[in-house]
Amino acid sequence: MREAFVIFRKQVRDTLKNKEILIQFVLLPVLAVIMENAVKVEGMPENYFIKLFSVMFAGMAPLVSMAAILAEEKEKGTLRVLLMSDVSPFSYLLGTGSYVWLLCMAGSAVMAAAAGFRAGQLMAYLSVMGAGLAVSVAAGAALGMFARSQMMATSLVMPVMLVLAFLPMLSAFQETVRKVAGILYTRQMQIFLEDLRFDRMDFKGAAIMVGNLAMVCLLFIIAYKRNGLERE
Amino acid sequence: MIRADGVGKRFGEKEVLREVNLQIEKGEIFGLLGPSGAGKTTLIKILTGQLAADCGEVFIAGKDAGRLTGGDRRKIGIMMDSFGVYERFSCYENLKLFAQLFRIPEKEIGDRLKEVGLQDAVKTPAGKLSKGMRSRLQLARVFLQKPELLFLDEPTGGLDPGNAEEIHRLILDKKREGCTIFLTTHNMAEAERLCDSIALLNEGKIVERGMPKEICRKYDRQRKLCIHRYDGVEEELSNGRDGAERLYQLLWEGLAETVHSTEPDLESVFMELTGRKLNL
Repeated sequence: MREAFVIFRKQVRDTLKNKEILIQFVLLPVLAVIMENAVKVEGMPENYFIKLFSVMFAGMAPLVSMAAILAEEKEKGTLRVLLMSDVSPFSYLLGTGSYVWLLCMAGSAVMAAAAGFRAGQLMAYLSVMGAGLAVSVAAGAALGMFARSQMMATSLVMPVMLVLAFLPMLSAFQETVRKVAGILYTRQMQIFLEDLRFDRMDFKGAAIMVGNLAMVCLLFIIAYKRNGLERE
Repeated sequence: MIRADGVGKRFGEKEVLREVNLQIEKGEIFGLLGPSGAGKTTLIKILTGQLAADCGEVFIAGKDAGRLTGGDRRKIGIMMDSFGVYERFSCYENLKLFAQLFRIPEKEIGDRLKEVGLQDAVKTPAGKLSKGMRSRLQLARVFLQKPELLFLDEPTGGLDPGNAEEIHRLILDKKREGCTIFLTTHNMAEAERLCDSIALLNEGKIVERGMPKEICRKYDRQRKLCIHRYDGVEEELSNGRDGAERLYQLLWEGLAETVHSTEPDLESVFMELTGRKLNL
């Protein structure tokens, strides 16, 4: 646990100096706040841009940053040094994953503040964002483990990210896309964010999110068994 | 301190290590020499428990290398290559991370940076350091944990002579402090200078081992003395009465400028044994 905390602090210091990663956490929340305040169209649902960008944020930021951090550490040999310094893979993933998750939650909190949610809505919003972000962190870790370099991580993450972030948005335009997107946790997040009420949350949506998490965990286990944190 | 018995490793179809046996005593500097791709790094990874061998056994200080505890690992310093530093972190921040991991007081960081000559680069980001300075930063990191056993993979690879010399000095200092050092290199001069004993590794198999000078003497087929005279002429003298008389005469007449034996260097020994060059 102590090692995980050291890794967490290391990651905080590193991100402050790493604009490429830092922008992942800042860009979408800032854009959401700007768009929400700048674009007012009659008939547009309440907090339309905040909710739209929240789903995109959950599908993009943790995935990209987690995979990029892991891939960079592998490419630069720092992960190997950490593991040789008696940091267990679990501590490393816990430290890095919790850092990415918390930073994304901070971004979500900014969007929530801009939306002006009531207490109940805020709870619901943060709960669904927390769950979605956790799935994305695990997915990013799995992809990062498959990747041998930052370049490969980008190639792996890009299509997954596009599907997770944009399919829910595109599902508004086409029935088939909507059906396909229905199996994604990000689409379920989008549905839940429309109402932001726990009592409106259906079992199917929750089951799909849990199913997604289980699949990502399976992918993670396969990647870990195949490569460990470091491919040999 | 280190014992390897019958260690073997394959990556798919490729046999990377074959029947490697080693015995390294405490306080010794051991050099593993071989060209690129000979299996040196793989062997280090197996010895340090980063990689499991397909067969054979490895013991570090009497313990199975695959079952070392956290406490055991803290006594082992490993420097694998010139990577492994956080480029956006300063030298100080790099060491601070490992000081936190090893629960080492922060005040020791300055001492370690001074020890490796990086006291003026405390705030310099590691990404802006030269290759030699990065190697020294890596050494400062492993020194921080006060290791009893050091594994150094090509510690002077790609460094200029000045930086290599500085690394040699640091390695010899650690030996004087009682540290056991296992290093890999394809630089025979480095091995001859630093190592108490060496092994020559070719295509995953150890083809020769022993003290560097002993190995060179063993492969001295000519067993002659080579005299370079002040007048520029070179003479080769054999063992025996004739050779001794001629040597006496040259010395008596003050003609001998240098006297050398004809024993080969490690490069030539490796070439003779494998038909390959070491420095590949």
